[in-house]
Amino acid sequence: MTAPINRWTDRRLEVVISRLLRTGVLISATVVLLGGICFLSRHGQELPEYRVFHGTPKIYRTFAGVVENAGPSNCPAVIQLGLLLLILTPVARVGFSLAGFALEHDRTYVALTLMVLGILIYSLAGPH
Amino acid sequence: MTNLEFTPLVFGISAVAGCLGALTGLGGGVVVTPALTLLLGVDIRYAIGASLVSVIATSSGAAAAFVREGYSNIRLGMFLEIATTLGALLGAFLATRTPTAVLSVIFGLVLLHAAWQSSRGHSQDEKSQKPDALAQRLQLNGSYPSAAGPREYQVGHVKTGFSLMFGAGTLSGLLGIGSGALKVIAMDQAMHVPFKVSTTTSNFMIGVTAAASAGIYLSRGYIEPGLAMPVMLGVLAGSVLGARQLIGARVRVLRWIFAGVVGVMAVEMIVTGVQGKL
Repeated sequence: MTAPINRWTDRRLEVVISRLLRTGVLISATVVLLGGICFLSRHGQELPEYRVFHGTPKIYRTFAGVVENAGPSNCPAVIQLGLLLLILTPVARVGFSLAGFALEHDRTYVALTLMVLGILIYSLAGPH
Repeated sequence: MTNLEFTPLVFGISAVAGCLGALTGLGGGVVVTPALTLLLGVDIRYAIGASLVSVIATSSGAAAAFVREGYSNIRLGMFLEIATTLGALLGAFLATRTPTAVLSVIFGLVLLHAAWQSSRGHSQDEKSQKPDALAQRLQLNGSYPSAAGPREYQVGHVKTGFSLMFGAGTLSGLLGIGSGALKVIAMDQAMHVPFKVSTTTSNFMIGVTAAASAGIYLSRGYIEPGLAMPVMLGVLAGSVLGARQLIGARVRVLRWIFAGVVGVMAVEMIVTGVQGKL
């Protein structure tokens, strides 16, 4: 008779996860907004150049580059930091689900969740 | 046009897209990219990078409201996310190798489908079927709240649904959209999951799917802070507003307006793609 217990825990897990997601979005939106205000106050009179694709400068393409450069002297890096926090929010969600399934001793779903987490980590940190 | 003029304009367009996306349930991402490329001449790769980020924001932001209703099935979502994230990786890799004219045409076709889907609405019929062995082994069957207490449902055609989800993930990674409509079709029509459960579980999956292609977009330089900032904030603000207005809104009229706008955009995207202007 484990099924009803599982379902009950699933429900609690969902509530915790949904709060986590909303908090993640709020924090990242705040960081993006601060970076945006900073960006417009410093680069407001410059012309946007998005018609031709050059690719974002290298420092904005990696976690290390963004974290190192984010600060009052580099406003785009602050925006990018907020966007990275946003991208990490669903990853944290999968991490929480993993912990939840582990607490339920549900080996099948621990394995399935690990696969999803592995794919996400490959995308965010893998060599490509 | 300076950044001080460009940013509020992009914010406004994104807010309208986010609001319409929330009201119709199709998501804002699918409208943002054609609006940015067709109206402002933004390169489609920067547009899909910004759109993908906004998709994560709306999906995660809406999760709290959906979970309260108690419809989503997190086991089903997690299992299918293996397919959507693998598809998203493939799609993101393909995006970096596909000519922008081809991307534009594919985008137009997806928009045509969205317009058709939007004008049609959905049928809410009762579904019952013989149990699927894989669904039982993976504990995918569930229940959802109804007026007459919890209602059980069975998930069928698990393999078909899984393959369709791989396709939905690929499209998501290729075009920087949530591809919620396709995810709902895979669950609602192929796997016979109740419509409400399909839409809420799909919303749950969209963020994770988008995160899987976001890493590749980031390393390829598709995520441009100056553009993604107003898009993400605009779509998020618009979708929050749209979700609040949902009760009492004349959804039927809105659906037709949305279908019309999306249909026009679809044709424009296909034409510009064929002419090789993007």
